[in-house]
Amino acid sequence: MASYETHEYDVLIIGAGGAGLRAAIEAAAGDLKVGLVCKSLLGKAHTVMAEGGVAAALANVDERDSWRVHFADTMRGGQYLSNARMAELHAQESPDRVRELEAWGALFDRTQEGGILQRNFGGHQYPRLAHVGDRTGLEMIRALQDHGIHQGIEVHMENTVISLLKTGERVSGAFGYEREKGRFKVFSAKAVVLATGGVGKAYKITSNSWEYTGDGHSLAYHAGAELIDMEFVQFHPTGMVWPPSVRGILVTEGVRGEGGILKNSEGKRFMFADIPELYVSQTADNPEEGWRYTQGDRDARRPPELLTRDHVARCIVREVQEGRGSPHGGVFLDIAWIQEKISNAPEHIRRKLPSMYHQFKELADIDITQEPMEVGPTTHYIMGGIRVDADSQMTAVPGLFAAGECAAGLHGANRLGGNSLSDLLVFGKRAGEYAAQFAEENKAVSLDETEIDAIAEYTLKPFENPADNGSGEQMGPYDIQAQLQEKMQELVGIARSQGSLTQALEDVQNLREQAENVHAIGNREYNSGWHTALDLDCLLTVSEAIALAALERKASIGAHSRDDYPEKEEPGAGKYNTIVKKAPDGTMEIRRQPVDELRSDLQEIIDEIG
Amino acid sequence: MAKAIFRIWRGNADGAEFVDYDTEVSEGMVVLDAVHRIQAEQANDMAVRWNCKAGKCGSCSAEINGQPKLMCMTRLNDLPLDEPVTVEPMRAFPLIKDLVTDVSWNFKVKEKMKPFTPRPPDAEDGTWRMEQEDIDHIQEFRKCIECFLCQDVCHVLREHDLHDEFIGPRFFVYAASLEMHPIDTENRLEELKDSDGIGYCNITKCCTKVCPEHITITDNAIIPLKERVVDQFYDPIKKLFRVFSR
Repeated sequence: MASYETHEYDVLIIGAGGAGLRAAIEAAAGDLKVGLVCKSLLGKAHTVMAEGGVAAALANVDERDSWRVHFADTMRGGQYLSNARMAELHAQESPDRVRELEAWGALFDRTQEGGILQRNFGGHQYPRLAHVGDRTGLEMIRALQDHGIHQGIEVHMENTVISLLKTGERVSGAFGYEREKGRFKVFSAKAVVLATGGVGKAYKITSNSWEYTGDGHSLAYHAGAELIDMEFVQFHPTGMVWPPSVRGILVTEGVRGEGGILKNSEGKRFMFADIPELYVSQTADNPEEGWRYTQGDRDARRPPELLTRDHVARCIVREVQEGRGSPHGGVFLDIAWIQEKISNAPEHIRRKLPSMYHQFKELADIDITQEPMEVGPTTHYIMGGIRVDADSQMTAVPGLFAAGECAAGLHGANRLGGNSLSDLLVFGKRAGEYAAQFAEENKAVSLDETEIDAIAEYTLKPFENPADNGSGEQMGPYDIQAQLQEKMQELVGIARSQGSLTQALEDVQNLREQAENVHAIGNREYNSGWHTALDLDCLLTVSEAIALAALERKASIGAHSRDDYPEKEEPGAGKYNTIVKKAPDGTMEIRRQPVDELRSDLQEIIDEIG
Repeated sequence: MAKAIFRIWRGNADGAEFVDYDTEVSEGMVVLDAVHRIQAEQANDMAVRWNCKAGKCGSCSAEINGQPKLMCMTRLNDLPLDEPVTVEPMRAFPLIKDLVTDVSWNFKVKEKMKPFTPRPPDAEDGTWRMEQEDIDHIQEFRKCIECFLCQDVCHVLREHDLHDEFIGPRFFVYAASLEMHPIDTENRLEELKDSDGIGYCNITKCCTKVCPEHITITDNAIIPLKERVVDQFYDPIKKLFRVFSR
């Protein structure tokens, strides 16, 4: 074997957003040796972008809240396709996970009584989101980072993992490269936690950064783990649409939580016209009641702007398609109107939504205290992901765990805002805890050296591929990525059909052939072109999984909409999850798995709360 | 579509120079968009750090026409495009390649600082009671996105290279967020005076001017910390008081 810089750990965590950091802190709580690998610098992961808040039934603002209501809200939001045990654990444990952050230095906004303040959010029955203005994610990642750096965790920043290593059935480590010089690193580990986040870069319009290429999904898939419900990609209803260069950047749901309303070009609040059956009894039927709800009136019902994200996104698309959109292909989101209701509105808006104020002021020349924003859906989050055991977060591969966005089960067909930050705390901790337990109970296994040499060779292939293969159609790494994003946006976006999905699978296959021959210029030193070439396999793998699962689900439910199957359920099919797995011949196979019947005590909660 | 020239620093520690790239620009573009377009179309191997593209992560710090700025928040509208736009890496840190510098020193500095150490919880559920007005000023410090532009512009680091004796504005802000935290019990004033070198700061406020989060670094963090250091170590009356109260 060629010699590689090798690091030995009990537990290796891949990804340093909220889930990865929380897992690392937990795994390092005993005397285990813990390594943490991340693609960017510490503290830059996508968690930092989360704005609205972290959902936890602390009941600081409304004492009627409890884990039972949070559980019911999560299940309803996920259209009852969620893993009920995960939803139960999540609702029960998130309050402690939030309080713990305060012990590590996080400073949430306060109630009059000096406790943690909570705000309203889509799909949550009571004010439940602990927050810091509209920069909650930054507060969380900084609290975790600043606590984590004192726990003896070894951090490898700007390192990308190319492949997991297995010895027999068990995971035994990972192989990657560091960006600075392009040197290879081998990590051996008794247990590995994947916490790599999402897949947004598979789409053209996204709130995600360059990192979110589905690495964890792809690493787990190739290692033999299963991916579940990959068709459920959340298109956040409100991304910026203008100017073009900022298209997709997130506009927090908090704007609507503070009273912001959606209007079409005719000035109509179109959300009132389409309230789903499941939510009619919980939704305001007039603007006045909606306003009172946002201002904390406990007897008022939520305005329709705060319905679940899948529904709001679809309504916006419909307005635009039917010719009632804003000048740049979105709709209007208006918070400035609240000056009719409160005297110091501009100051109030700047205080409640400081980063939104700056974002629009600096990037779009819009003063949101005076004029409406233009917004439209943006690819934001994937509910689907690596299938894990609800309690331990272990995948089908012994020793391999997953948490946060790359894992799946909690959110079902649609995620509620605020449930991602609590997800990564609750299940990040669990993944770290059970990975540590696995590492303690199992001996280290030796690495397979020939496998490592083969991965190293694969990693350098883009340099070996000819710059011109004579086909006349050869594309560079950025071209392939851009074309994949165009195709996914167009064919596997908010509206899907048999035809579009079949076409998408064909296009992915063609792009895969291009990707296998892609050439990278330059050398191994911090070479973004090479890195982009290497990310392509992950992007193509998750794109194929999303399209394949979307083709399998012949219904329109949650975030998944089929033009050819508008009904919520397929006649006679019952409730099921889709499961994607790598077949022995290397192709991607899909099957359905019926959703387990609810435990009777959990069913009672749903019957009671609705 | 209009065109503009971007004069970008290319190379590594062994040698680097400006290279001009001609590229198309359109309405609303920021410098990072232009850099990305050049990277995708003309210079695949160009190194640039970025993440959120919305001024929230602090990855894409650079010097644009000589000014320390985030590339994602610098609009082309605000720059004269009839002359080349220069884009350089931060100068206070060693160059890795092109626009990427080695900022690892910052992470090491933070690790050495005394961590947050809360008093016992106020309530049985393990939480504390704090008034919003008592934490407003700390929340200002906690807006920091660790872009390190304040470190880049600080002459103590940039010109005098005192990285071993001075922690820089970012970490005075961090120290202030801990020292003024209503429930923290640790005292960091001795380190601030000695190893952290707060005395080197002569309050020129360059850091405050470049902060993309508009944190009033000098007035709200550094000066109050300097006052605390003076109170503890140099105030003659307090010193006397301490002698007699031993």
